[in-house]
Amino acid sequence: MTVHSADRWVPKLVLSPTLLASLIFVYGFILITVALSFTESRLLPNWEWAGVDRYADLFDNDRFWVSAKNLAIFGSLFIVISMAVGLFLAILLDQKIRGEGFLRAIYLYPMALSFIVTGTAWKWMLNPGLGLERIVQQWGFTDFTFDWLVNPDKAIYTVVIAGVWQSAGFAMALFLAGLRGVDSEIIKAAQVDGANLPTIYRRIIIPSLRPVFFSVALILAHIAIKSFDLVMALTGGGPGTASDVPAIFMYQFSFSRGQLGVGAASAVMMLMTIMAVMVPLMYAEAKSGSAR
Amino acid sequence: MNAASRFFLYAVLALAALYALAPLWVMLATSFKSLDEIREGSLIAAPQAPTIAAWSKAWSGACTGVRCEGLKPFFINSLLMTIPAVLISTIIGALNGYALTHWKFRGSELLFTALLLGCFIPFQVVLLPMARTLGALGFVDSIFGLIFVHVVYGLAFTTLFFRNYYVGVPGELIKAARVDGAGFFTIFWRILMPISGPIFMVCVIWQFTQIWNDFLFGVVFAGSDSQPVTVALNNLVRTSTGVKEYNVDMAAAIIAALPTLLVYIVAGKYFVRGLTAGAVKG
Repeated sequence: MTVHSADRWVPKLVLSPTLLASLIFVYGFILITVALSFTESRLLPNWEWAGVDRYADLFDNDRFWVSAKNLAIFGSLFIVISMAVGLFLAILLDQKIRGEGFLRAIYLYPMALSFIVTGTAWKWMLNPGLGLERIVQQWGFTDFTFDWLVNPDKAIYTVVIAGVWQSAGFAMALFLAGLRGVDSEIIKAAQVDGANLPTIYRRIIIPSLRPVFFSVALILAHIAIKSFDLVMALTGGGPGTASDVPAIFMYQFSFSRGQLGVGAASAVMMLMTIMAVMVPLMYAEAKSGSAR
Repeated sequence: MNAASRFFLYAVLALAALYALAPLWVMLATSFKSLDEIREGSLIAAPQAPTIAAWSKAWSGACTGVRCEGLKPFFINSLLMTIPAVLISTIIGALNGYALTHWKFRGSELLFTALLLGCFIPFQVVLLPMARTLGALGFVDSIFGLIFVHVVYGLAFTTLFFRNYYVGVPGELIKAARVDGAGFFTIFWRILMPISGPIFMVCVIWQFTQIWNDFLFGVVFAGSDSQPVTVALNNLVRTSTGVKEYNVDMAAAIIAALPTLLVYIVAGKYFVRGLTAGAVKG
């Protein structure tokens, strides 16, 4: 066969800019950030070795622990509630619903919005003076108060509310795609055996969705750990620093407080958190995939 | 299923739809109200005397920090940033995906796996070196710098999309073309391109949504004149000079959301496909 001699190197040439970009801007930059986190850098990079001092600064900083705790609260509630609502809606939609496409489109549209838009909208609705609180009061429940947005103990839960609103439809779409992939012969056989619908779902369909559960959890965990814009728009990390998350901590220390070293250390912690969540989940997903 | 539980099913689904739509309704209703009406009326009531004053202020008069020219200049920034970044990252991704599936060489699988890391990292871990690099390259505070960043960090996703799509194209097809003497680009142009319509749609829509909606890169790398609309919206909401104008905030939020909403309405099918493909594989 005639092979152009060029065809031996053209594919490599095509891939080389991407490879180079990945090596420099992903791998190289991660290494630089890790290196920065071990230096005396403050306002400007300063390559004087500081050992683990920046990590000590980080772990001594109450604000960092507040942000870590908030991420744990937000992340777990956001993932669990989005998945529960998503699965519930997907199962309901799977019952040969008229107008399914239309409903699906409505549930999923928030995913097309920027988290800044979502945050802005919910900030207005959760506003204690003129928002939801007042509606319920206008309905006659005059003692009703709903001040989570400005309540330091509750502000992080408003992020959960807005986050779930945005992402539950997405979980629904993934679960629905999974449900459509379940072998209908097995379901028919179970029906013949006299199993009722809830039993079929509990015993057969939901267990077979295991890989989908992993995927949804993975992507939601990823959204949660990176969450920055939603919190910025909704609470700005406030009141005070009550709803700070690691992404905001990193941004503030790196770009407004002139603490590059501490900012880099917090970024490295975020990377480690993502790895700690992703690697076991991906491993489990790969395992459950190969077991089938 | 009997009629009663069927009815219950539809009732629950309708309630969920109302819940999903409520914020959009509140935003729309608020944006057409006057401040007096907002103060006296109910959050969810329709505007009694609709006015577009808030919309025109959000578009061309509201303050976003020191500038008071509304969202318009930043909306244009977002367009100037998003369109080139989407096109460039998609085209490179298509060629990458093609080379990785039909022109395999030693190490190409490893290369793909290595690229995938770019889909997972939290971008915080590259922000500091990138800020210095953009400064050194003279791209700081420019739309060009933002395009560059979005292309670089979009490549992992676009390559993934095309790679997973082209894996399904039979290798015999490409081999036959090579026997006939067609080269790398000829095969791409004549054989792959004609069947790539859907994946181009998926990829373009995914990238458009991601880049338009981005806030992190915009807030870190843009100067006051090159800010994308998401950053300007956040500034607009935070800039409080005297009375808080909720109607202007809501009009501005809808303006910032309009392009991606429009894409969703027109091509929702591809949007969903991109989400599921990106999620399941990424």
